[in-house]
Amino acid sequence: MTLTISVCGGTGCSAQGSGDMRQAFESLIKEKGVKAKLLFTGCHGFCENGPLVVIGPKKIFYNKVKAEDVPEIVEKTVLRGEVIERLLYVDPATNKRVVYEDDVPFYQKQQRLIFGLNGKIDPTKIEDYIAAGGYKGLEKALQQMTPQGVLEEVKKSGIRGRGGAGFPTGLKWEATRKAHGDLKYIIANCDEGDPGAFMDRSLMEGNPHSVIEGMIIAGYTIGASEGYIYIRNEYPLAVQNTSVALAQAEEIGFLGKNILGSDYSLSITVNRGGGAFICGESTALMASLEGKAGEPRAKYIHTSERGLYDRPSNLNNVETLANIPHIVNRGAGWFSSVGTAGSKGTKIFSLVGKINNTGLIEVPMGVTLREIIYDIGGGIKNNKKFKAVQTGGPSGGCIPESLLDLKVDFDELARAGSMMGSGGMIIMDENTCMVDIARYFLGFLAEESCGQCVPCREGIKRLLEIVTNIAEGKAEMGDLDLLERLGSTVCDASLCGLGQTAPNPVLSTLKYFRDEYVAHIVDRKCPAGVCKSLIRYFIVAENCPGCGLCVKACPVKAITFMGKKKPVVLDQDMCTKCGSCFDACKLKAVEVR
Amino acid sequence: MVKINIDGNDLEAREGSTVLEVARENNIDIPTLCYHPELTPSGDCRLCLVELVRGNRSKMVVSCLYPVEPGLVVKTNTERVQTDRRMVMQLLLSICPGSELLQDMGKKLGVGKVEFPVEKNPCILCGLCVKACKEVVGVGAIGFAQRGTKRVVTTPFDEPSGTCIGCGSCVFVCPTKFVKMEDKNGYRIIPNWGVKLKLVNCSKCGTPFAPERQLEHIRKKLKLPADALTVCPSCK
Repeated sequence: MTLTISVCGGTGCSAQGSGDMRQAFESLIKEKGVKAKLLFTGCHGFCENGPLVVIGPKKIFYNKVKAEDVPEIVEKTVLRGEVIERLLYVDPATNKRVVYEDDVPFYQKQQRLIFGLNGKIDPTKIEDYIAAGGYKGLEKALQQMTPQGVLEEVKKSGIRGRGGAGFPTGLKWEATRKAHGDLKYIIANCDEGDPGAFMDRSLMEGNPHSVIEGMIIAGYTIGASEGYIYIRNEYPLAVQNTSVALAQAEEIGFLGKNILGSDYSLSITVNRGGGAFICGESTALMASLEGKAGEPRAKYIHTSERGLYDRPSNLNNVETLANIPHIVNRGAGWFSSVGTAGSKGTKIFSLVGKINNTGLIEVPMGVTLREIIYDIGGGIKNNKKFKAVQTGGPSGGCIPESLLDLKVDFDELARAGSMMGSGGMIIMDENTCMVDIARYFLGFLAEESCGQCVPCREGIKRLLEIVTNIAEGKAEMGDLDLLERLGSTVCDASLCGLGQTAPNPVLSTLKYFRDEYVAHIVDRKCPAGVCKSLIRYFIVAENCPGCGLCVKACPVKAITFMGKKKPVVLDQDMCTKCGSCFDACKLKAVEVR
Repeated sequence: MVKINIDGNDLEAREGSTVLEVARENNIDIPTLCYHPELTPSGDCRLCLVELVRGNRSKMVVSCLYPVEPGLVVKTNTERVQTDRRMVMQLLLSICPGSELLQDMGKKLGVGKVEFPVEKNPCILCGLCVKACKEVVGVGAIGFAQRGTKRVVTTPFDEPSGTCIGCGSCVFVCPTKFVKMEDKNGYRIIPNWGVKLKLVNCSKCGTPFAPERQLEHIRKKLKLPADALTVCPSCK
């Protein structure tokens, strides 16, 4: 068994200095002549506890590693097989140290079909991907299956698009396959724009070949001869790794003319996104690819018939494409055995917000929200109470505690007034104000609306105005009715998916958390203590020993030190309600009312 | 020909036509604002929304873009259609309350009090001027810039247009009289695009009648000799 050192090079770990660790390992290995393979991999998923280092073959799992820990890891673990206790993960539930990656509860409940290779291969080395069984699906498709055969398999698998709406992938492919045209396009959508979502990014950074392989198979099935991978320009590592991967695939003969000796040819180009959220919408993406402003058009004539440059085009999310090699390799029957009746396979989710284990997870469809949030996510930060989870990105809905046992799949989420979207999950605790949340997402969407059609441009603006008035205590009860009526028209009448789903955050919070809206309007109070116009901070004199921590924390000098053992005094006129004093006080002597 | 049904009427429609075209040909009234028969429809104003019925399901589409297909069942005046149209009209009236056209259309649709704070924006971003300039005139001097509520119709980089020929097509199609034009002291002025173009005097009566840039554009387009178009319309 080869000795491997896998250093996570994902976004979170890189930001915390895993790049320095990689260099430290590199020079030490060289210096000491250690026979170990060093891998600088894509995201392992457990971002909360990064930077992560996994020593194979046993997969000894170290978390929160620093560059200065590297010599000790090489000396003890790599060379002598000893475990360094202090770098191990401590399971907060049992308070016990966990030695091996597979035993970490965060990973135990996952099924990492798409994401599993991320921690095991160097994304810049095609050999790693091939050694792990990569491109076998392509070989099988091209040499043993007809395009129609692949299509039947994909249809039978029941896979639905992972980008948002969950349209059956097989039907989408079939439409493009049947469309008439001498030139057809296959396009991968990696323009992930939802706040808090980073699964597409991590897939493209950590395992670009899996997406490329899926794309070539898709291209073969529909008869595409040109392909584009549209990646957000804000994802420079994804752009870089994908470009490297494409060049390698072409060199080996997986891309270009007569792929693997067959008569199928395909070339793929990387296109960097223009920096607008709306460019993730299929028609806007295609307009952007053509060099036009990224604005959507009505899809009454489908892109499968007239898409990019008015030619038949097939657009898939990168996660969808990464599933394809598995479906071809292991068969539709195997794939459809995972998941629920209407949603097959696994899904990658990003867990962010007030949750202990921030990161990326992959679970079979049908797992409950409770399992995701508590068993994998480790529950709510600081033992606070769960309030809601927002699924599906900015146009998704907020799901309350009463629905925590909901089985996560396309249909169940839609029934709850939310959606799967691309798989973002934002967890909110008791200190989150749902009016404020609705305001945040409306603000985001008002910024990102392209402005073409009236209901989206003007409607979201008005929704935001009303919700802002509610948050500021300037609204009347009648405004709730107006919110619902306007929201309904914006859903009904908007041109594209952005506008059609934009009212979801406000409509779903109104449905499940109406009492919070009422409290803001009638009592002029924000129950969660968030909306600045409706709250004030007070010093609880009997709890305050005059330690002065809050005095130091206050950025506007609104708190006066009155001497030791005397309570401090807060000037309400100067207070900007930033909450620094509240956070600084350990003795509950600052109160929000 | 394709057979479709609009509001209970069985109609014959030309293949490739839109629901709106068929409705208009059959005197079925559907309100529009950003639609013009000579320009490519874009479906931006959403006032021409209609409901498509399939079995017991229905969906909302804009009729100016929806192509007819055999067996299509369209309802142009359901409660849902009316509610959505009224709300869209309210949104338009709230940004551009001064427009007589909008006021009249609002009245016809049954819009009562506008429930949103009223702004004084003269432009509703319908895009007719942009399309007229590009598609009919063939100049493309103006376009959209920015996005969302910051969206505006303007010239490249917001600078005085160097390509506008001063033909006034944008003024002609503007439904809210936002784009203005004036001939003064021998010049044609379109302040919206920062344009001030010298007018050519009629070779017969001496009255200034058209900007040189416009005449040049027409000569080029129609392949006329350099000495053509020197006489004003009244002297012709």
